[in-house]
Amino acid sequence: MRWWSRFGLWLSLAIVVGAALLPAISGSASTREAVFTVLVSVALASSLNMLLGYAGYVSFGHIVFFGLGGYIGFYAVSVLGWHLSAAVLAGAAASGLLALLLGMSILRLRGSYFALATIGINEAMKALATNLKAFGGSTGMEMHLRAYQPYGGAARALWITYWALCGVTVLAVVASFLVKRSRFGLALLTIREDEDAAAVLGVDATRAKTLAYVLSAVFPGAVGALYFFKSASIEPGGAFRLHFSIELLVMIMLGGQGTLLGPILGAVAYQKLRSALLTSAAFRDVQLVVAGVLLLAIVLFVPAGAVGWLRSRSRTLHRALE
Amino acid sequence: MIARLLPSLVDGVLIGVIYGLAAMGLTLIFGVMNVINLSHGSMIAMGMFGVYALFTGAGLNPFVGVAAVAALGLVAGVLVYAVAVHRVRNAPHLSGLLATFAVNMILMGLGTRFLSTNFRNVDFSLGSFALGPVTVTGTRLAACGCAALVTGLLYGFLYRTRAGKEIRAVANDRAAAELVGIRSTRVLALSFGLGTSLAAVAGGLIATLFPFTVLSGGTYELKSFVIVVLGGLGNPLGALIGGVLLGLVEGAVPIFLEASWVPVIEFALFVLVLLVRPQGLLGARR
Amino acid sequence: MRRTLPLLACLFLASCGKDDSASKGQTLLVGYTASLTGKLSVESTRQTQGLSLWVERVNAAGGIKLADGRVLKVASKFYDDESNQDRVQELYTRLVNDDHADFLVSPYSSGLTSSASVIAEQYGKVMISAGAASDSNYAQGFQHVFQVYTPASRYLVGALDLVSATAPDAKKIAIVHENDKFSSDVAKALDAYARAKGFSVVLDEGYDSSTTDFAPFLNKVQQSGADAILGGGHFQDGSTFARQLAEKGVKARFLALLVAPPEPGFGELGTAALGVLGPSQWEPQVSFTAEAAKAAGVAWFGPTAAEFVEAYKAAHKEEPSYHAAGGYVAGLLLEEAIARAGTIDGEAVRKALESTDLFTFFGRSKFDASEAAHGLQVGHEMVLVQWQKGPAGKLLKQVVWPPQGRTAEPLVR
Repeated sequence: MRWWSRFGLWLSLAIVVGAALLPAISGSASTREAVFTVLVSVALASSLNMLLGYAGYVSFGHIVFFGLGGYIGFYAVSVLGWHLSAAVLAGAAASGLLALLLGMSILRLRGSYFALATIGINEAMKALATNLKAFGGSTGMEMHLRAYQPYGGAARALWITYWALCGVTVLAVVASFLVKRSRFGLALLTIREDEDAAAVLGVDATRAKTLAYVLSAVFPGAVGALYFFKSASIEPGGAFRLHFSIELLVMIMLGGQGTLLGPILGAVAYQKLRSALLTSAAFRDVQLVVAGVLLLAIVLFVPAGAVGWLRSRSRTLHRALE
Repeated sequence: MIARLLPSLVDGVLIGVIYGLAAMGLTLIFGVMNVINLSHGSMIAMGMFGVYALFTGAGLNPFVGVAAVAALGLVAGVLVYAVAVHRVRNAPHLSGLLATFAVNMILMGLGTRFLSTNFRNVDFSLGSFALGPVTVTGTRLAACGCAALVTGLLYGFLYRTRAGKEIRAVANDRAAAELVGIRSTRVLALSFGLGTSLAAVAGGLIATLFPFTVLSGGTYELKSFVIVVLGGLGNPLGALIGGVLLGLVEGAVPIFLEASWVPVIEFALFVLVLLVRPQGLLGARR
Repeated sequence: MRRTLPLLACLFLASCGKDDSASKGQTLLVGYTASLTGKLSVESTRQTQGLSLWVERVNAAGGIKLADGRVLKVASKFYDDESNQDRVQELYTRLVNDDHADFLVSPYSSGLTSSASVIAEQYGKVMISAGAASDSNYAQGFQHVFQVYTPASRYLVGALDLVSATAPDAKKIAIVHENDKFSSDVAKALDAYARAKGFSVVLDEGYDSSTTDFAPFLNKVQQSGADAILGGGHFQDGSTFARQLAEKGVKARFLALLVAPPEPGFGELGTAALGVLGPSQWEPQVSFTAEAAKAAGVAWFGPTAAEFVEAYKAAHKEEPSYHAAGGYVAGLLLEEAIARAGTIDGEAVRKALESTDLFTFFGRSKFDASEAAHGLQVGHEMVLVQWQKGPAGKLLKQVVWPPQGRTAEPLVR
């Protein structure tokens, strides 16, 4: 019954792949765009969950990896003329490297101090990007249309980027599952519960945390490279948007932190909600209020999130929903 | 060199005291209940609008208006505590952070909806004073003075009144305070209200100096984060000193570098302090 | 839980709803996103109001006449992009695919316009860009985007011309700008122009967008001894800057700021606003007339400035700003091109726009048709306003540049 023990993984993958295939089935570009937005959030939320849900470290500035990957990837394609795949790898590598460096320093901090530090890192990177002329400074960078030529034009390039994103999202989900089920994942969970006790038990906390941080950073890096390639322009404000970082936290909380399915469902639900609010005449002006009320309700009454709550209902559900 | 630096340093110290006041609100809340109030920015914005509304609507002198704003901020804070924070006061950090952030989202959403993102200006001038190479505006001097006064009142409250002592007791050790009969819920609510009140007052004072919108609070919130880390989380005096320090940095950096490097220096300093001396310059209370 | 997948699938398909706002044949649909929330909401809303006014008036006049005799009414549809890049592409794809928009108007800001242009280009839809003033949008190789506004690079050059015309001995200038795309574009071009014209640029610096305390910066400016200070950012910066400048007693003979001075609210600053110059895409007092067009040998189209102002005031109870005028003209230029092409076929209208050269109440409009800068606005020029003391001692906005359109002589502070 090995497939049953991995049911959580299959379910999560089914949702992600199912969503990914919708535009292929309907052939509609609008669906593709909508799913693209959702998948970006799914990938980012799932990777943040590796740090937040498993290791218990709250990062408010996780978007810095998205922005850094975006800038490196964009630079690679538009200035250096690299192929998109190389650019995506470069973006992921750059983010991973930053996480490694940061891991060795700020991961020493606990709780609120760590959260504040991540905000500081994000703001510092944004300010740095604004001042570096090589990366466009405050005006940012723009891509010439001809950059899409090697991929068969803008229309095909958008589809290729979409499929690449689907791939990255699936990888993120699988990685999340593998981490959770491994000894490494267990080490992270012990760190989350009581870091000092974990150290006493022989867990190399520093190594484990750093590895988790790096893993949580490479996927946003790759996604960032893809996202900004598709958008044809990148600016410091848009790349390092602190608000988006916080929205990721909302998604994880909504779905259920520390679970595999939680970030996925949370991201989907949140994006759909926002989409509905944005395009409805009645709620247009108050979507921030609605999102805020929703977040407050979850935090106060259902802190385990949707999946967490469901899992607490019965043993079957607990085993089925990862 | 001194002549070049002096005007900026003086300006920096004056505004730094006001930044410090805002940061004191944040650090007080953290010190008492270990929660970083992410609705700090919207409280500052509320203070700005409060003073603006009283000034344009009732012609009330903004520096008198801040007294009313302080009271409003207190009430608002107690309300926010009761609704959002009380339930999660014993929960892990994330809950407190997200609860206050949710409140922020709600307030910002309502603010944008009803007040729009138009810029507002409190057109109140007190002239300017020239002392040698330094020209200081009257409003900046008055705002700084007001902030200093409020700081003095805060200290008087914390060290001379019973309620203040209760707050310090709960900040020290909540369980022990409860054991000696202190009603911790009341104290927590009061502290939260006090914290937001300080934020609102600071906002009101800032409104007399610069134009603002509903969204302006965010910038000052980020500055408050930097300051509380510099000074030590939970330490009000540290917040004041950190504020002055930040003001000095903001004043001095543009003289030597391009002004656009100010935030880079600020946040780099922020991260550096967190890494090298996380308890801040004056030592944290937690 | 096995029901989740089909449920989700249904949710997806349902939310990507079909919206039949454009019944083909009888109505022309113009689609766009606007910054209804977020920091650009005020300006963007005015632009939307201008565009909507055009839609109303075109329909009131009967519609747009095509070569085959059909007369088309116009409808518009827009979504909120929240001043964020996130959903721009999604929303424009929706406008094109689900709402069947025939033509597009750009989002308000330049950064968002880049993303939207990729979609417009992909589907071959003509997009008129109102609001977005950055030059770089037009160096990206898009062939379907056309700019209404004067580009950022020409925003403040008129101010330098004014300085040399009014006070030829003023040679030292300081350029201070917000570190965002638009202001930086303006500053870069200004710097190059200044050096080419023989000015000495004693200071050229950017400040972070979140700066509210300009005191240290102003100290630097004061110490540089500049005769003219040019630059700024969006409204808040201009307003704060002018105020703090006056409070500090910084002596500069010319002060030209972006965005803020043309706003009626700027005058409330009192003495701080006196003598401050500002570039504007358009002012109600500036009268471009059919006669002037004829004299220049160029066609005229659309209502007069007075008619536009009246119609706008009737609808919104306030004087139109240049954002509103820009929105209206975006529609006008599209209307004229469609009428001239005689069809709503995207390619034909695009070709028509490439050869557009006409005067409207907004000024002259002509697009660059070359590959390198396709769609850039080359006909329109900025006007400079200056706040001066009116007869009753109140501060009034006067147009002081170009000399042909001025309502008052420029004053030196």
